[in-house]
Amino acid sequence: MSKMNKLYFKTKSHIVKRDDITWWKAWIIRVIAVLLAMVVCGIVTVFLTDLNPIEMYITMAEGALGTTRLVWNLIQNTAILLCVSLAVTPAFKMKFWNIGAEGQVLIGGLATAACMIFLGEKLPTPLLMLVMVITSVVSGALWALVPAFFKTRFNSNETLFTLMMNYVAIQIVAYYTLEWSMPKGSGTPRTLEYGQLPVLFGQKYLINILIVLVLTIVAYIYLKYSKQGYEISVVGESENTARYIGINVKKVVLRTMAISGAVCGIAGFLLVAGTDHSLKSDTAGGRGFTAIMVSWLAKFNPIFMILTSLLIVFLQKGASKISEVYRLNSSFSDIITGIIIFFIIGSEFFINYKIKFNKKEENK
Amino acid sequence: MENVMEQKIALELRNITKTFGSVVANKNVSLKVRKGEILSILGENGSGKTTLMNMVAGIYFPDSGQIFADGQEVEIASPKDAFRYKIGMIHQHFKLVDVFTAAENIVLGLKDEKRFDMPGYIEKIKAITEQYGFELDPNKKIYEMSVSEKQTVEIIKALFRGADILILDEPTAVLTPQETVKLFRVLRNMKESGKAIIIITHKLHEVLSLSDNVAVLRKGEYIGTVKTAETNESELTEMMVGKKISLNIERSEVENRTERLIVDKIDCNSRDGVKLLDDVSFTAYSGEILGIAGIAGSGQRELLEAIAGLQNLDDGSIIYNNPKTGTKENLRDKTPLEIRQMGVRLAFVPEDRLGMGLVGNMDIVDNMMLRSYKKGKSVFLQRKQPKSLAEEIIEKLEVVTPSASTPVRRLSGGNVQKILVGREIASAPTVLMAAYPVRGLDINSSYTIYNLLNEQKKKGVAVIFVGEDLDVLIELCDRIMVIGSGKIAGFVDARNTTKEEIGIMMTKSEPHNSEV
Amino acid sequence: MIATIIQRAVMQGTPLLFGSTGEILTEKSGHLNLGIPGIMYVGAISGVAGAFLYEQSLASPELLNPILAVLIPLLCSLVGSTLMGLIYCFLTVTLRANQNVTGLALTTFGIGVGNFFGGSLIKLVDSDVPSIALSATSNAFKTELPFAHSLGWFGEIFFSYGFLVYVAIIVAIIASFILNKTRIGLHLRAVGENPATADAAGINVTRYKYITTSIGSAIAGLGGLYYVMDYANGVWSNNGFGDRGWLSIALVIFSVWRPSLSILGSILFGFLYVIPTYIPNITVSDKKLFEMLPYVVTIIVLIITSMRNKKENQPPAALGLPYFREER
Repeated sequence: MSKMNKLYFKTKSHIVKRDDITWWKAWIIRVIAVLLAMVVCGIVTVFLTDLNPIEMYITMAEGALGTTRLVWNLIQNTAILLCVSLAVTPAFKMKFWNIGAEGQVLIGGLATAACMIFLGEKLPTPLLMLVMVITSVVSGALWALVPAFFKTRFNSNETLFTLMMNYVAIQIVAYYTLEWSMPKGSGTPRTLEYGQLPVLFGQKYLINILIVLVLTIVAYIYLKYSKQGYEISVVGESENTARYIGINVKKVVLRTMAISGAVCGIAGFLLVAGTDHSLKSDTAGGRGFTAIMVSWLAKFNPIFMILTSLLIVFLQKGASKISEVYRLNSSFSDIITGIIIFFIIGSEFFINYKIKFNKKEENK
Repeated sequence: MENVMEQKIALELRNITKTFGSVVANKNVSLKVRKGEILSILGENGSGKTTLMNMVAGIYFPDSGQIFADGQEVEIASPKDAFRYKIGMIHQHFKLVDVFTAAENIVLGLKDEKRFDMPGYIEKIKAITEQYGFELDPNKKIYEMSVSEKQTVEIIKALFRGADILILDEPTAVLTPQETVKLFRVLRNMKESGKAIIIITHKLHEVLSLSDNVAVLRKGEYIGTVKTAETNESELTEMMVGKKISLNIERSEVENRTERLIVDKIDCNSRDGVKLLDDVSFTAYSGEILGIAGIAGSGQRELLEAIAGLQNLDDGSIIYNNPKTGTKENLRDKTPLEIRQMGVRLAFVPEDRLGMGLVGNMDIVDNMMLRSYKKGKSVFLQRKQPKSLAEEIIEKLEVVTPSASTPVRRLSGGNVQKILVGREIASAPTVLMAAYPVRGLDINSSYTIYNLLNEQKKKGVAVIFVGEDLDVLIELCDRIMVIGSGKIAGFVDARNTTKEEIGIMMTKSEPHNSEV
Repeated sequence: MIATIIQRAVMQGTPLLFGSTGEILTEKSGHLNLGIPGIMYVGAISGVAGAFLYEQSLASPELLNPILAVLIPLLCSLVGSTLMGLIYCFLTVTLRANQNVTGLALTTFGIGVGNFFGGSLIKLVDSDVPSIALSATSNAFKTELPFAHSLGWFGEIFFSYGFLVYVAIIVAIIASFILNKTRIGLHLRAVGENPATADAAGINVTRYKYITTSIGSAIAGLGGLYYVMDYANGVWSNNGFGDRGWLSIALVIFSVWRPSLSILGSILFGFLYVIPTYIPNITVSDKKLFEMLPYVVTIIVLIITSMRNKKENQPPAALGLPYFREER
């Protein structure tokens, strides 16, 4: 019995953390949350469009999966979102709130575009590719190291710092988009001809998807089976324990943020060289933020992230189909996404806690 | 000194009992304190002093028994209720907002009808400080304050709310001797003006110099109340530590005793300039269990952490004699990693098991790896060995767990400790330090731990055991070092000592620097 | 010309001032509400919806009652953004969800709501107007003080704004006063700094968090309303509000959590925003670099405050951290 400085007032009910929930119960709660969310979304949709909810979900499925092209599109979008989610995950596991993925992706994309423009004609394609990958990875990592450096050195608030870095990156990219646009200053982004990722088996996006698939497996193995991944977990769980076993916490923070930024850089590379073949300030398209939710919902597990990113992209594609069919604004999908996420993050409460009613006085 | 107020009882407890699960924290405790009186509650660590007072302050609610305040029976269910009955408690852990001034903290949470009038409050605070002789600048920020000043803020906070019964939990534990003198002067002033004061302590000389009456608790039970004027140190010590209880812990003779760890004149100061370790020197020998006895917070944690590489020192050296190579290494100000790289096989079972020694959310296997995960050149973790180690520990130490992949936070305290000690021993250490390794454990688990420590001793490990139960220390250890306020109070031979002898050394803080 | 620059800087700064005052109050309760950008969109679109429905209900624009024209959108805006604040509180306080994730979801949702209704309102109510242009309502919002133009440059700088500009400044001053000089402010700051201590002192932490976050959201929402009704002349355009929500959060850091400093900071940010227009021969792309400045300045402020490590200039100590009594 150590010195107890906890307060236990007499109350009628209290909330206790539960440790004993089985995995399938947890998933039932999550599924119920998604179903409830779909009911709410259905009500909202019916209210706005006079569709019946079943038709609505059929329309959504059509919008996401209706044609082969749509399916490829869906998978490609999932892959990119997944890539950014993989990037933020090591930082989150370490309890370092990197909400600067948007900027880190853009900087990676900017580096890629710069290589494509300035080296495109000069280097043979394989070498060009290599240079593109290296510069995007390095620049993403450096961009992410800035807040990490100030965090370890002066304990600057990393959430606010990374957030601000996003908008610096967005403006820099906006600047170069205009500088490089054809004709200059017109605002039409230049199509980047050299250094586009190859088309595999006639599928434009296949290479993106394969790269992200490999990354997912690597991330899973890194986090779960590597020594560095283990260090990340220990630092995230308890800095005191990390100190006790001699982990250099600052070093781990810097290294992990560099990795986080580097993977964001890869996402930027894939977006510019593999998907858009151009650079705009909205190339990242908010994925840096959506990725945070994807990672969180998947409990930082890269394999689950395939599911959560697919869910979110599916909703977005499906909902934009609804808005297209009913000539509603395309932002409809954001509303649906928002509602579903509210329900899922709300449901975590029922997985982690139960409410106990005190019949007698309870302590400890 | 005789006046009318001294007759009136300010607070009375009758037959208070409180249990936490199966642990009885207080059993039928009755005591009373009068107005204009200072009552000391004396007892060892874990004797239930703080729990008892927390019930008066509204933090816990008693299972049974009655509380009377000012002659009326009262029910105190929350700190608010306590304030209503003019009871104020100053806890060991201060509850203050760092960026606020003293005055802002003092008025925090007050809901009087009047306008929020800071200058007025400050006047009132100044009046209180003058009345009782405190030294405090109401406009000073908490983060600029010393511990003693923060304590003053807490006391004034209670007085500001009109507390007539003041409870102080180990108020001198964090103070320098000069600050203690000041505090006692203030407490005497308060007593003169009719306040009832209860001070929780285990320092005998303070009890004798300050209080009118002493109530003694031992292992949750109320032993009795004596008038300070009619008692002496040895009577109080005996009441506090009780008769010797035989535990029948097996103890082997020391063999092949060689110097393993030589701690020489180490000093360590806190950020506030309080001496945490003051000129501490001792030697830990192989094949011996060195016990460290002392009141909690006397520097035990800092001492062990300094050896383990978690605490930088201001002075002194920690020399390790490597039995394999015969080299001497200074461990001072090294990181845990550097210590390991020097080939020093040091095992450390820290006091905070789940916050430092283990990671609660990780399973047993992953916790096994904490010490060894870096081994080998591979970038990948090697889980095979940790897994078999986990299974071995589970089997050998009879750890109750669903499987080796259960997160350790789900295990009971005893099982958590077996995992931690088991892992530390598995690294074949030459020095093993354990801080309160049986705290909160049931009897069987405790004996498992004692046996493990004894086994290590027989293997020639230098074992350092920080404990609080004197019976255990006397039966388990070979030598006992007594520490008080960061200083060494003396060494005793565990085979030829008594609880009283250690008890008196613990509670007096006069240095004896000769090693046995 | 200087008068015009200042005037435009103030107008650019006003939405930011609302946003940052709201976010400062919210953060003082320990909530890092990253939903502010979404909340400002909702504040704007709720006002637009109110005004639109009111204007549509009138037979002709001349019948518009200027007081109702202001009150209806104002009320709608407050209700809309307060609801957003309540969603945030329910999820983070009652259901203990992560603040950052909740905030970002709220922003996705809020911007979605804004753009969706902005783009679909006309269709949804089967109206035959070509686009949302609430000029009559906007005129009511933009009513200047009577002596604005009779006092020359002095009038231009100080009196030539719609009433919401003055509301923004007054709200910031009141917020500053409440935070620093009142019991409520003291308790609120304690909640954001050290909720356990506040709890032990008898302060209802949950209630403070709910109320301040909701009020903070309502105030931030007014920023959106000002933007669309006054600055944008009542014309809704999707994403027109841009990144002003994030700039508001930047302004919170820039003004080191002081609403009074926020007033000056908002004008400075507004100034940085408009200044490129007055630089001769500036290219469109260079303008983008100018738009980066507020964020760069904010980062520098963040670095300097953490380097100097002065306790008063730090974020509230418990910012972003959950507080549950049982888990201490």
